[in-house]
Amino acid sequence: MNPLLNIGLTHFMLVSIFLVSAGIATMLTKRNAIGILIGVELVLNAAGVNFVAFNRYAWPGSASGGAAIDGVVFAIFVVVLAAAEAAVALAVFLNFYNNFQSIDVERASGLKG
Amino acid sequence: MLNVAQQAPVESVEQVTALLFYLFAVLTCLSGWAVVFSQNIVRMSVYLLLTLGGAAGLYFLLNAEFLAAIQLVVYAGGTLILIVFGVMLTSKSPFAQLRVQMWEMMLGVLVGGAISGLLLFAWVRSEGPSAVAGNTGGAGYDQVSAIGRALLGPHLVAFEVAAVLLLVVMIGAAYLARRTVQR
Repeated sequence: MNPLLNIGLTHFMLVSIFLVSAGIATMLTKRNAIGILIGVELVLNAAGVNFVAFNRYAWPGSASGGAAIDGVVFAIFVVVLAAAEAAVALAVFLNFYNNFQSIDVERASGLKG
Repeated sequence: MLNVAQQAPVESVEQVTALLFYLFAVLTCLSGWAVVFSQNIVRMSVYLLLTLGGAAGLYFLLNAEFLAAIQLVVYAGGTLILIVFGVMLTSKSPFAQLRVQMWEMMLGVLVGGAISGLLLFAWVRSEGPSAVAGNTGGAGYDQVSAIGRALLGPHLVAFEVAAVLLLVVMIGAAYLARRTVQR
């Protein structure tokens, strides 16, 4: 019962592994460009959970002192970057839709071959 | 009698923490994999919302309350709304269902499972982090001010680079989404 009750780093690592594999599977199997973007968001969330779990369980602090919250700060940067990337990706997808009348990535074959 | 009373609350806190962890972890993981298997883009957005909410719950359990609030406000309340706008603007009515063939789905699940197995193998075989002292902050710990000091102190360069990035993104997105002159 102890490993089940005593929540440790391994539990959060399992969640992060699940999410990252789900994100990669989503990126591989979706034809809708926004579906691929959702996969990228899943991977970024997995990275965020990873950062904060390691910060809580295995980070004694940096050498320069200060509170040991570097993992949380990095997860904040991940959120910021995910938002910025989603904005740019959606602007690109909107342009693509205006030109092709479809959001299907199979239609984006202009540079093929 | 005193010993029993002192032992019982500690164990129940552990149990409640474990229960909450399993609740949020199951929500997050199931929603994440539901995104893989759903064919409807709107359903995928809802499952992503559930995943983000579950991750916010996990952040609360990891003593990162400020990050959990940021996750809910910026990620679930901003980025996800942006994605839903994108879904709305790029679909013909009724919502287009771009079907994927079964073999492609199996291949994707196989790759996802293989990556998951590889990561699990690496985690189980690794020695784990060297300093497992743990970090809960202690009494009188103000997380918001600690994050503020960290952003303006050791992580100043990353903070400034993120600010420049956001400016560039704003200009780029506004340019990409401009209304072109109809000839």
